[in-house]
Amino acid sequence: MSADPLAALGSELQLWSVLETVLDPEIPVLSIVDLGIVRHVRRAADGALHIGLTPTYSGCPATEVIRATVRTTLDAAGYGDAVLEEVLSPPWTSDWLTEQGRAKLAAFGIAPPEVPVSSPRSLAHARQAVRCPRCGSRASERVSEFGSTPCKAHYRCADCREPFDYFKCL
Amino acid sequence: MSATPATPATPAASLQGTTLQIDAHCRYVLRLADTSLVLAQRLGEWVGHAPELEEELALANLALDLIGQARLLLTYAGELEGRGRDEDALAFLREPTEFLNLTLAEQPNGDFGQTIVRQWLIDTWQLCLYERLAASSDTRLAAIAAKALKETRYHQRFSSGWLVRLGDGTAESRQRVQRALDELWRFSAELFAVDQVDERMHAAGIAPSLTELAAEWSARIDADLSAATLRRPAALPYPWQGKRGVHTEHLGYLLAEMQYLPRSYPGARW
Repeated sequence: MSADPLAALGSELQLWSVLETVLDPEIPVLSIVDLGIVRHVRRAADGALHIGLTPTYSGCPATEVIRATVRTTLDAAGYGDAVLEEVLSPPWTSDWLTEQGRAKLAAFGIAPPEVPVSSPRSLAHARQAVRCPRCGSRASERVSEFGSTPCKAHYRCADCREPFDYFKCL
Repeated sequence: MSATPATPATPAASLQGTTLQIDAHCRYVLRLADTSLVLAQRLGEWVGHAPELEEELALANLALDLIGQARLLLTYAGELEGRGRDEDALAFLREPTEFLNLTLAEQPNGDFGQTIVRQWLIDTWQLCLYERLAASSDTRLAAIAAKALKETRYHQRFSSGWLVRLGDGTAESRQRVQRALDELWRFSAELFAVDQVDERMHAAGIAPSLTELAAEWSARIDADLSAATLRRPAALPYPWQGKRGVHTEHLGYLLAEMQYLPRSYPGARW
């Protein structure tokens, strides 16, 4: 345990940068920090660093892969005694994606969520036209509310005719 | 399952009261877990057989969310029980009579319309239930319910959307979905049948009142039925007791398939 509070803060900040190197296995341009699933990094009374992780979807198979990757990354970076905790409440929503994460999604070809989940419009506007991440057109249509992973819905652009994924507002 | 004895005011009786409370708590959580797990297993049967790829993905995605919810609930039930059983032991090593899911969840898929009707009845029930459970005095259960709630809203939007399209669709789709509704309706009374477990959990502030839940569920069901131009079947007496471990013949076959691998190869790992 460090007696110097600045040094302690420094090691917490370093830990955040280590966590930024852990990528989502299904969308490998997003880090777990971009996804907004790292809830906290804090030093407990016993001096150990505690990291709170929250799952995106209850059944998302990536959750366990992420947890295991965080563990091995921490061990390799010299944080072998850091403790991983699961945090369920408040539940994760797509609102937790960072601005940087949204930009990375769009560049990767996945339309980022457009409506905040906290907004009452989020469910009512299920059929909104989403901006195509390739050509930017809003003339898109929903093919399915579900897609290849729990976090995505399936859309099609009427202008460039390409299919694309839309990150669910959920 | 034993009948509750009269409780004289002795220390032994109060200990027994605590045991009964823990037992009821564990059973309550297991009922929720098993309903999600069994329904997920049914939905998984559509993989490779659904009428369209998009709907197959949708049904598989519903199943995935439900399995995730079941895992959180089973883990919690195992901890409440305190006998060292984890989610896998509870899912794969219990007998049919130990499963406490709603009888509706285990009913066969039938055609796509029947799957949608079953899904919509349960989605709407889970929606009303999780909205209230999110405010439960049991903070662990409240956190699981809050997480499940947002997924359930998405599910209900999907299943009610299909109910309307099929009900207000062609003569064929309408006839099929009405028939499925008439067939499955007799299992709906169990969703609100109160027993001692429900009473204890409601009294402890853990579970909501099922009577209140029934009124809201009924209103939502009627609104969707009206949009789908379908007829609400007449109420039937309640002979189904899945949540007390008494099941239709369908559950045994479902579990035989689901449990085959872990029972044939104990301790098998990927």
